[in-house]
Amino acid sequence: MEAIDEIVAEFLVESHENLDQLDTDLLALEQDPTSRDLLGSIFRTIHTIKGTSGFLAFNKLEKLTHVGENLLSRMRDGLIQLNEERASALLAMVDAVRGLLSNIEATGAEGEVDHTELVTRLGALLEDGAAAPAPLIPAQAGSPDEPAAEAPSTEEVVEAAAQAAAEQAIEAAHELAEAAKGHPEEIPTGAQVVTAEVSITNVPEAKPEPAAAEAPAAKPAPAPPADPGEGGEQKRSVVESSVRVDIGLLDTLMSMVGELVLSRNALVSELDEQNDSALARSAQRLSLITSELQEQVMKTRMQPVDTVWSKLPRVVRDLSRQLGRNVKLEMEGRDTELDRSVLEAIKDPMTHLVRNAIDHGIEPPDVRTAKGKNPEGTLTLRAYHEAGLVHLEIIDDGAGIDHTIVGAKAVERGLVTQAGLEKMTPREITQSIFLPGFSTAAKVTNVSGRGVGMDVVKTRIEAIGGSVDVVSNKGAGSTFRLSIPLTLAIIPALTIGCYGHRYAVPQVSVLELVRLSGEHARGGIEHISGAPVYRLRGALLPLVQLDEQLGLVPFGTSSGGGKNGDGRGGFIVVLQAEQHRFGLVVDDVLDTQEIVVKPLGRHLKSLPMYQGATIHGDGSVVLILDATAIARQSDVLSNPAGAASSAVTEETTSIDPVLVVELSGGRRTAIPLDMVTRLEEIPTDTIERVGGREVVQYRGHIMPLVRLANLLGAYGEEVDAERLQLVVYTRGERSVGFAVERIMDIATERAGSRSDIDDHALLGSIVVGDRVVELLDVQAAVLAADPAFYQDSAGATTMQQLGDMYEEAR
Amino acid sequence: MSQLSTFHVGSYLFGVEVALVQEVVRMNASTPVPLSPPEVAGLINLRGEVLTAIDVRARLGLPPSTSEKPQVNVVVRVDDEPVSLLVDEIGGVVEVSQIPFETTPSTVDAQVGSLLLGAYTMPEKLLLALDARALLAINESQTSAA
Repeated sequence: MEAIDEIVAEFLVESHENLDQLDTDLLALEQDPTSRDLLGSIFRTIHTIKGTSGFLAFNKLEKLTHVGENLLSRMRDGLIQLNEERASALLAMVDAVRGLLSNIEATGAEGEVDHTELVTRLGALLEDGAAAPAPLIPAQAGSPDEPAAEAPSTEEVVEAAAQAAAEQAIEAAHELAEAAKGHPEEIPTGAQVVTAEVSITNVPEAKPEPAAAEAPAAKPAPAPPADPGEGGEQKRSVVESSVRVDIGLLDTLMSMVGELVLSRNALVSELDEQNDSALARSAQRLSLITSELQEQVMKTRMQPVDTVWSKLPRVVRDLSRQLGRNVKLEMEGRDTELDRSVLEAIKDPMTHLVRNAIDHGIEPPDVRTAKGKNPEGTLTLRAYHEAGLVHLEIIDDGAGIDHTIVGAKAVERGLVTQAGLEKMTPREITQSIFLPGFSTAAKVTNVSGRGVGMDVVKTRIEAIGGSVDVVSNKGAGSTFRLSIPLTLAIIPALTIGCYGHRYAVPQVSVLELVRLSGEHARGGIEHISGAPVYRLRGALLPLVQLDEQLGLVPFGTSSGGGKNGDGRGGFIVVLQAEQHRFGLVVDDVLDTQEIVVKPLGRHLKSLPMYQGATIHGDGSVVLILDATAIARQSDVLSNPAGAASSAVTEETTSIDPVLVVELSGGRRTAIPLDMVTRLEEIPTDTIERVGGREVVQYRGHIMPLVRLANLLGAYGEEVDAERLQLVVYTRGERSVGFAVERIMDIATERAGSRSDIDDHALLGSIVVGDRVVELLDVQAAVLAADPAFYQDSAGATTMQQLGDMYEEAR
Repeated sequence: MSQLSTFHVGSYLFGVEVALVQEVVRMNASTPVPLSPPEVAGLINLRGEVLTAIDVRARLGLPPSTSEKPQVNVVVRVDDEPVSLLVDEIGGVVEVSQIPFETTPSTVDAQVGSLLLGAYTMPEKLLLALDARALLAINESQTSAA
């Protein structure tokens, strides 16, 4: 009995995997109906399921796959072509098979679902107009109503099993051959050959004893890999150098590594107090190994985002047919990896956003044509890593979001007041689609209104420490962007002290730290209509007193309005919550460390202020604060100073990519990417001097140079490098080169993180990754190098023209 | 229910079903949780697991302990979640199948009484059988102290 269950379980796992591949293959086949490779792959998959289900006496499954197989075999033989109808029927079959498999998984039996109709439909599609010669496999499907769907005789099954095994063996052999071909220097090692064998022997495992007799015949097949000249056909090309591991095991491993990290932290903090260099060295080594182990174990849980995305082409296809849309799906960065727990969490939100883009975003073809757009809409999914986060973008070129309609709706639903609306920027208004109770769908279709609203998308993403953002251009489409931490289990966090206790704040939400010290200390905190604020680089930062929020001291006593609180030092932790910044006033900032998030018990679940708890090196429990919840509870986002802070962010209405460069002394500056024409490296000795200015000959012109370090007054030693890194900005005939120490990175400015700095040639500061970086005022910098840069030959330009040009250049 | 693990809180002797008790630990360090219900004494680290410690005194409406002796954590596992009960002193295991059982006597304070299954009249003292589930069912709406 046990053995049978195991066989069934194995069969289920394998079939589920195969079905996912099948969906993808079928959709690919629709694009390229004549591809023999795809047809072959699909045929084999169905054939394998059929063979095994026959043996396991899943008759319905067998009957269904049998008809499908017939259809496929005739396609493979070129007797009939795949058309839309056939593709739909085959997809329906895949769904039906999936349904049967889940029934088997749940109950052990196939269940009562009747597939006669589908079988008839598939059967009918066999009879193409073309006079078909006798099909390869006797057409049982011709009489699908025949009640006694005879189970194939044992011989048949064994044969099928053996065939499947042989096929797999050949496939494995091909794969090895391919691998060998790809890396001729790598002669297939024993390990690879063994793996190939494993994947073969796996097959007979799911079969009865008789199959074993046949299987050995297939075994010698792996021998050919020795011949690297033999190129295999292009199939599932991933070399099977992998082991299937139970998820539970990985989770256990992960939590044990978490414990190890904690013990390591404990050891290290204890050693700090002692003076034993030998012990310290061992501890350091242990520390290194632990970090590495942690990284590697985390990697084992990583899966490409494609595991979620691979389901989406089907969703897009079905939905666009259903809604009469014409949609092309493009995916970029399919192999971007995420922790599987994160993947699990983004599955539904992702699907919802895709459905939403097709339902509300992309217009029907006739509307698109009328608007002068390509009747075929494009839906782009993009995934990439940046600054310790994974960004997932869902971009459509549809109608976009009309913020006036959204605003009106939000008022109508009572989500915002009319007065509140008037104070909001278009961008903020657009964000209100994420408010609970908001739905712009004129009527509830079966596409929208599936229980996952935009607010749920937001809640789910925030629950895993991510954020959702939308940028929309009316008429041109929308971009939804999910920014998600790589992993949930271990996160970097800042430890702060408050009222004698320690708390952890996840590093993702920390923008910067400001020290309150000297005679001003907390006296530097001002009050605007009762709410505490701090002047940070000219902008008002709303403040929240952590001790008051936690009820440790009565409200209004922490900064004391000029009384006893003044002398107290402390820190402001500038946090990002939703689109706003606010400062959390704490007594002390202790350190940053990697922490393992532990859930809180049910008695504390209802406290939104805490994300969880962690255990520090000394064994003490430390609560993890939730920045967004603190902001909400303290109402900091809606008070006057909060509005002031949102005014700061107002100008950043789009997500602009910036080039991050390093000047001398490690100072970093960001240059808007659209102001960068080219990156160059020049030998220092080509620099010439013209009347106190440095110039180089560049593309037939004289290009003035400006050393950004000098312009911005960066301190630190100027390195006499032999080569100079240049960021070139060209406009028309004129170019200016900005000399920098090093080109660092291209990053995306975090929306709303810009703040003003009154400084020469700087627009303000932004946050890139976890660092604050100055944003270069390119216009000012250009003028510093070439005051005549923006003047055309006709003479001086007016300021207005200058502004226009600047806008245009942006 | 034939065996009870007993412990002292104030002048009372309580017992919970032995099977529910996972272990007894003495632990000095606990992390207070601001804004939590007053019954929550704090969080403790039990071999890498973060447990909520319930102050049984507060739960029963008794004044905080004035004793010099540190309190003891009785870790009980109810509904598959371990929770620590902070008690004054641990007793022992009492076989109660032979001891007369009665419903909660009316002399017991009402707040204490509501958390009891009943009482065993032992020769020298009354052993109050605690309803662990009721004890841990802390009204979650009264969380806001701020």
